[in-house]
Amino acid sequence: MTALLMNYLPIVIFFAIAGALGAAFILAAAIVAPKAPDPEKLSAYECGFNAFDDARMKFDVRFYLVSILFIIFDLEVAFLFPWAVALMKMPHPTAVFAFWSMMGFLGVLTVGFIYEWRKGALEWE
Amino acid sequence: MPLQAIAFYVLAAVTVFAAVAVVFARNPVHSVLFLITTFFSAAGLFVLMGAEFLAMMLVVVYVGAVAVLFLFVVMMLDVDFASLRQGFARYLPLGALVAAVLTVEMVIVAADVAHLGAAASSTGPATPSAVMTNVEAIGAVLYTDYVYVFQAAGLVLLVAMIGAIVLTLKHRPGVKRQSVAAQMARTPKAGVRMVTINSGEGVDA
Repeated sequence: MTALLMNYLPIVIFFAIAGALGAAFILAAAIVAPKAPDPEKLSAYECGFNAFDDARMKFDVRFYLVSILFIIFDLEVAFLFPWAVALMKMPHPTAVFAFWSMMGFLGVLTVGFIYEWRKGALEWE
Repeated sequence: MPLQAIAFYVLAAVTVFAAVAVVFARNPVHSVLFLITTFFSAAGLFVLMGAEFLAMMLVVVYVGAVAVLFLFVVMMLDVDFASLRQGFARYLPLGALVAAVLTVEMVIVAADVAHLGAAASSTGPATPSAVMTNVEAIGAVLYTDYVYVFQAAGLVLLVAMIGAIVLTLKHRPGVKRQSVAAQMARTPKAGVRMVTINSGEGVDA
């Protein structure tokens, strides 16, 4: 248990360094940098003009489609990973069952993949 | 182990703080960023419990994909968020009911675990032991003992895929697309016509 957590010590150290570095830059900018604000300097502008409209604009809904399709195949891979690790360590009949269990899962998702391909959901017009 | 306890309390405090901030942040983009913080610290809590695989999946799937999806949705919906808050009082009873049900469920599970021990609610080893890592422990039961749940997960993913396509896919008419197959199949015969032009007559198209 502790040995497992010791494996994560480098990650904790990295997080600490990253946090300290980020905080150091922000603090240094707040302390060291010269500040002479005036309203014109602080106003937003686009290429010298005042901002025409809100910077946050609507995304095309197709970005959403791409990202949700990505999530689905991401999850498929997430399911494949323990399968790949554990399959060869099972007793043989169990392994055969687990193999075909995964093939069924992949088959179901392949049906979806074919649907999506034939529908043209992967194409960007 | 005091170090482990310190890590737990830090991560748990960050999780709770970030989860509260998700609800109370004025800017919805900030809400999503706090949600990512919540996912990260919850992943840290999973690691503390020895559930390494779940922790990594939380980071890969939730932070890497779901949070990005939420960001898309937040940025795609050009709604007036001040007007969304108007319904707060109206939905408060329903929300309180859902929260109460969830709280009761969590208390029941927690009492069960406290009473019977964590092993009572799981059939396999949840934490890595000397003989088996976390991933192996999941892999050993997920595809055999829990095969119906596993296949149901596949069907849920299929429904999600088809649902997303049906809801969002619209082909715009009149858009010219590149067809690589048609380009590759084009031969000189299809594209080039040899004509013999008599002097002074020109070419009819």
